[in-house]
Amino acid sequence: MSATSLADVASARMDDDAVLVDRVRGGDEGAFVELVNRYQARLLRAAQAIVGSRAVAEEVVQDTWLAVVRGIDRFEGRSSFKTWLFRVTVNRARSTVGREQRAGRPEEDLELRFDATGAWAQPPVAWADRVEDRIVAAQVAQRVQAFLPDLPEAQRQVVVLRDIELLEAGDVASMLGISDGNQRVLLHRGRTRLRGLLAAEMGDVR
Amino acid sequence: MIRLWRRRRRELVCREAVALMSDYVDGGLDPDDRVRLEQHLAGCPHCTEYLAQLRATIDALGRAEPHDLPDETVDELVRLYRQWRAS
Repeated sequence: MSATSLADVASARMDDDAVLVDRVRGGDEGAFVELVNRYQARLLRAAQAIVGSRAVAEEVVQDTWLAVVRGIDRFEGRSSFKTWLFRVTVNRARSTVGREQRAGRPEEDLELRFDATGAWAQPPVAWADRVEDRIVAAQVAQRVQAFLPDLPEAQRQVVVLRDIELLEAGDVASMLGISDGNQRVLLHRGRTRLRGLLAAEMGDVR
Repeated sequence: MIRLWRRRRRELVCREAVALMSDYVDGGLDPDDRVRLEQHLAGCPHCTEYLAQLRATIDALGRAEPHDLPDETVDELVRLYRQWRAS
């Protein structure tokens, strides 16, 4: 899918959300169900990226919806509904979690693949062109999601919000209470690790 | 004496090129780094492959669909919504 069509889908969806939000304000239960169906699983994924446990994530998201129905009259549409929804979820998840760090797998030591001059000693084994096949692409999309629990917490949070939910860098940094620079570093590390895990699966032995 | 000679910026090595790629994909590199990275990529098939793999990874994340919801979750939320409307 090209970047343009993704952006088109995102913007059509944003308008669509605004219509649903108006209907929910007017007491339309069907519109509420539609919003829940649209976002519940995605909010759970984002909440779980922060709190770790599925059960706690479910509580967080339930609280989020309560906050949404209570606060929907105050939602002014300055940000998109989606950004607002994720902001509420991330805030609740962060205040729930005792900030305990969960250890992921040790860092993939990409450094070991370079020689003393900084050139590749073990170059990447080619597989990117195989993803042009639609069946392979679908498998890779499934696999990459399965690797998310292997990321350290801070990297996982940024990757989910940026690369899965396609939220803006500045919004994600402010939701997570980190600097723009830190957000970029965490995204870089998370993407680097996921690429490494995919590469191992695609036959590139580290 | 004013020295007009400026040291030419050193070319990137692969390790440095890889470190710039995430920002590059997001369009977040300053023009100087972007040009240096693109010059490096033009002569380095390994880094070009690495960049393609990084893009493939990011594209795959954008396609990751969340798992389906159990019906009872939706029912529970609708109950909460009705309570709120009634209150």
